[in-house]
Amino acid sequence: MAKFISVSEAVALIPEGASIMFGGFMGNGNTHKIIAALAESGKGNFTMLCNDASMPVGPLGEDMYGVAKLIHNRQIKHLIATHVGLNPEVATQMNEGSLKVTLIPQGSMAEMIRAGGAGLGGVLTPTGVKTMVEENEFCLGRQEIDGRSYLLMKPLRADIALISGYNVDKAGNIWYKGTTRNFNLPMATAADLVICEADHVVEIGGIVPENVHTSGVFVDYVVDGGNA
Amino acid sequence: MDKSEIKTYIAARVAKELKDGDVVNLGIGLPTLVPQFLPEGVHVILQSENGIIGTAPVTEENKDPHYVVDAGGSPSAVGPGGCFIDSCTSFGLIRGGHVDATILGGLEVDEEGSLANWIIPGKKVPGMGGAMDLLVGAKSVIVAMEHTAKGNPKILKKCRLPYTAVNCITKIITEMCVLDVTPNGLVMVEINPEFTVEQVQAATEATLTVSPDLKPMA
Repeated sequence: MAKFISVSEAVALIPEGASIMFGGFMGNGNTHKIIAALAESGKGNFTMLCNDASMPVGPLGEDMYGVAKLIHNRQIKHLIATHVGLNPEVATQMNEGSLKVTLIPQGSMAEMIRAGGAGLGGVLTPTGVKTMVEENEFCLGRQEIDGRSYLLMKPLRADIALISGYNVDKAGNIWYKGTTRNFNLPMATAADLVICEADHVVEIGGIVPENVHTSGVFVDYVVDGGNA
Repeated sequence: MDKSEIKTYIAARVAKELKDGDVVNLGIGLPTLVPQFLPEGVHVILQSENGIIGTAPVTEENKDPHYVVDAGGSPSAVGPGGCFIDSCTSFGLIRGGHVDATILGGLEVDEEGSLANWIIPGKKVPGMGGAMDLLVGAKSVIVAMEHTAKGNPKILKKCRLPYTAVNCITKIITEMCVLDVTPNGLVMVEINPEFTVEQVQAATEATLTVSPDLKPMA
């Protein structure tokens, strides 16, 4: 059963140099409060697995939206993502040689994470055949099946996953609002330690069982973001 | 035609490719202009790969920018009958052949129906995002773009930039012509009456075959 902790206790669980999955898409569905505290902690050398590097300005004018904070603070040494074009700081640090960036097609990354959390040895996908993806460190080569070419991609896991939930009940069950389900859903299954930031904590039964998106059995800790 | 007239002209022609009920994914830029030109009675289901099936225009009432965005991170909305999904389901939909058409721009396309639009090595490395999956998975791939870039051909014999995907394009629609990608190369099936076949060929590096049934673009 998920244990409720404070934002600072959550940050204390994240060691220097950890590999961290950040749910979210262009900041939408990032764990904003944990990320802000992690940025202040000064810890770094992280490997970030996230769809993107978010963007310097959020939808309501927020400065350094979501994971963009950690990039700008130079707390990330390796970024594994699908698209980094909306945060120019990534190109700056990549060109300096201070940030390693590995790009993976979005559908492949989602499925590689799902595989990592589902005990599978890899993913066979037609995406990326005859492209630079074949040279990717996570690509194990091409395979032909029934006359079609596929790339064998390794599963992805991380030390920690930071998951953003809208309604989270006291058993850790999560309901995601709007488009924030994105990478949060697969990432919640694919890390050794899963920390969920809840926008609203509700009683057990507050999310009907049919509407639970991520079961609390995947979640180790919950931060009550609404009261943090 | 000036830049914005060119974009409108291309978008209006692309709109004729879509059928009522099609599930469609639109790339950024020019493709987002297409829905306004859909013929009366044609309604498509727009998919946003970050997790919406059936998007709707954003209004002051439905706006929820911290919870509902499109694939560019801008505020979006879901329409009646639509739904939200996670990234695995979204790309299962895309790779699994459940998207009827994807419309996107290109930096380069070639005679083999291959496309390059995700990286300019040494200059720009934005990443492929969902483009590689969309090109491989959508039933129909329509490239909507200006015919040339600063006067230089974009329709080449072979892409020089790194591929986004190979042998994937169904149709190329520019302000000059409509090209079908066939096993025998690029076939011009429609031409903008403002241009001659020779002018179009001169603006194209790839060799174009002219359809015996060539029609004016309209």
